[in-house]
Amino acid sequence: MNYIEVNNNQRISVFSIPVLEYDIFADVIANFLTKDIKYHCVNYFGFPEKGNVKLICCIADDSKHSINVLSSIVNSNDKLQSITTKHFALHIFEREIHENFGIDFIGHPWQKPVRYPFNRADKNNIIANYPFYKIESEELHEVGVGPIHAGVIEPGHFRFICNGEQILHLEIQLGYQHRGIEQLFLEKKNLLQRTTLAENIAGDTVVGHTVAFAQAWESLCDFKPSEALQFERVLALEHERIAIHTGDLSAICTDIAYQLGSSVFGRLRTPIINYFQQWCGNRLAKSLIRAGKTNFPFSEQLAEKWFEVINAYKPDFKEMSSEIFDMPSVLARLEKTGTVSTETATSIGTVGMTARASNLNRDIRFSHPAGFYQKLNYQPILGKTGDVHARAKLRMGEINASIELITKMLDKFPKHDIKENVMESPLADSFVVSLVEGWRGEICHCAITDENGELKMYKIKDPSLHNWLALALSVRNNEISDFPICNKSFNLSYCGNDL
Amino acid sequence: MINNLKILYHQGKQYIPDVTTVDVPGIFRGRPIISKTVVDENKLINVCPTGAIGANPVSIDLGKCTFCGECTFAFPEKISFTKDYKISANSRTDLIIKEGEESQILLNPEQIRTEIYNFFSGSLKLRQVSAGGDNSCEWELNAAGNVNFDMGRFGIEFVASPRHADGIVITGPISENMAEPLQICYDAVPDPKIIILAGTDAISGGIFDGSQALNREFLKKYHIDLYVSGNPVHPLTFINGVLSLIRTKK
Ligand code: SF4
Repeated sequence: MNYIEVNNNQRISVFSIPVLEYDIFADVIANFLTKDIKYHCVNYFGFPEKGNVKLICCIADDSKHSINVLSSIVNSNDKLQSITTKHFALHIFEREIHENFGIDFIGHPWQKPVRYPFNRADKNNIIANYPFYKIESEELHEVGVGPIHAGVIEPGHFRFICNGEQILHLEIQLGYQHRGIEQLFLEKKNLLQRTTLAENIAGDTVVGHTVAFAQAWESLCDFKPSEALQFERVLALEHERIAIHTGDLSAICTDIAYQLGSSVFGRLRTPIINYFQQWCGNRLAKSLIRAGKTNFPFSEQLAEKWFEVINAYKPDFKEMSSEIFDMPSVLARLEKTGTVSTETATSIGTVGMTARASNLNRDIRFSHPAGFYQKLNYQPILGKTGDVHARAKLRMGEINASIELITKMLDKFPKHDIKENVMESPLADSFVVSLVEGWRGEICHCAITDENGELKMYKIKDPSLHNWLALALSVRNNEISDFPICNKSFNLSYCGNDL
Repeated sequence: MINNLKILYHQGKQYIPDVTTVDVPGIFRGRPIISKTVVDENKLINVCPTGAIGANPVSIDLGKCTFCGECTFAFPEKISFTKDYKISANSRTDLIIKEGEESQILLNPEQIRTEIYNFFSGSLKLRQVSAGGDNSCEWELNAAGNVNFDMGRFGIEFVASPRHADGIVITGPISENMAEPLQICYDAVPDPKIIILAGTDAISGGIFDGSQALNREFLKKYHIDLYVSGNPVHPLTFINGVLSLIRTKK
């Protein structure tokens, strides 16, 4: 066998992952990815091992609900045939491996830096001289935006090449937010420190990333969380989705200068995030999710409170959202703006709501459900047009779907009547893939332990890593003044990319 | 148009009338109180993920605390968190709460520069710089300006250009890759100007303290006018902190 088939959150021995010659490794990956749309790469990374670099690739099989894992051992001086030439979606992973270890991928169209990590292979590459794509022409001009943007948001640099008001090309350069988080996962030794790190990967996806971490950790420890714990995580994930999607609808309205929509969605978000505070004391749900336990057990009162909040939210949300999708002046700005075709979405490997708005069915809740999601049989909502309108409408649809889902879940929910099992420490020489559908899309954490059960590799992938390119491509041939709404319609994570 | 007016009418009043006295809903963890009960101090100190708990006397440094609450779950008789969200200080050491202390955290008027009251008490424009921030503090700072918290009513606003600003608000532990843009931004703000650190990550590095990917040299060079605790900062903490900074007369 050239690969091992695992399930989401299934611990396996690291030795059971087949190690292939690079050429065969590359062929197996390319064969999967070019064969059928049901395959996509959820993570592909390298890490140092005994003076070499070990590459591990995880290919999800959406119809079998499994993940195929394979590996290869290479050297940092190697020149390897790029797989990107056969399947473009791998471009970002090869760029990252190139940046971290210096491995050259022959035929890769653009081995540009991903995030300028502190431990990159070439320290002479610094963020201030990123090699931007250029077009020499007297008729074109460049517009540089960032790293610090006009609003209160994270930093990143956008370089536009424009023909008058029209964008020909946009290149997005990130890395400003790099905090060395993957390395800190290895250095900080206690569980609470690591959980806190997971909460801080992306502060707008606290639940998403912390659930991915908690489930990876529990799998490493061979710990099975109780039903009540699993239930709470799904509830929190769906509630986080409602909160952020509402906030993003407000942001989209702000950027089309529709003050009423901006204010109404903005204030509607407040009770939703305040609910997290009522549950766990933090509006963004920091401290809510813990591996192996919870400090804030869900209760009948919290269920009642949730209905109270949502019953007040629903009519106002419905009124406002029907209005925006009915107003010609709003629709004129959203429709046919920032379009990502299904073809593009597929070829660059988009995930999550970005993919779904372009009619590409990528949803971990459906394809690789873990924990309580296995009971729910969630059916993803798909958009058709892939434009700002589709992404905005998808958010509305997903808010309603999440409300429905939670309502159903609260009908009869598992209680903490049995004591949680005791969680031991991670087992030695183990490997696990943990996939969670956060509000942006597929979050993937991979972990490996050494012979003493200590973490020796922790790899984080935020869905933004795939989706930033979708934003860059979506704005081509759009007016530069439409960039803000395109950007907001995706709302990608800078720190999730930069780590 | 009619629909829009209807929607407007349905909103009722959304703003918080008095942001200095309003109660926060739920189980907010604000200023802690540490009792004199004797506990196993080593054990207590080891609970904390960021080294915020000190010994002799037992203390919690709100510049390091992530407000995770684990210490109070482990030692409920020793540590409790009140719902007091006024947890800003203008002197770093005032964020360290010691055993037995139950008083509110107040700004030290002696340390507030005179220019601040003279120039900014009625209007303060701020440029926000996220330097490795995880987008949670950034979120809450945006929320401080929304229709609920409505910080704009006090003349406090975030602006796009540093040239229009009276100071900067830093979030995040300051990544190496943001060190230069941060400096350039600060230099572009006209004098007199203030610096506010918002959130645990900015104040101490938080959970990122010790990461080789950070560069916190900037903070050694300048006087910090306000430290706003939180992970992330609560909008009410921020608004109240800034209000006391600009409204306190020496
Ligand atoms: S609440 Fe603060 S002091 Fe207590 S354990 Fe958490 S970080 Fe440490």
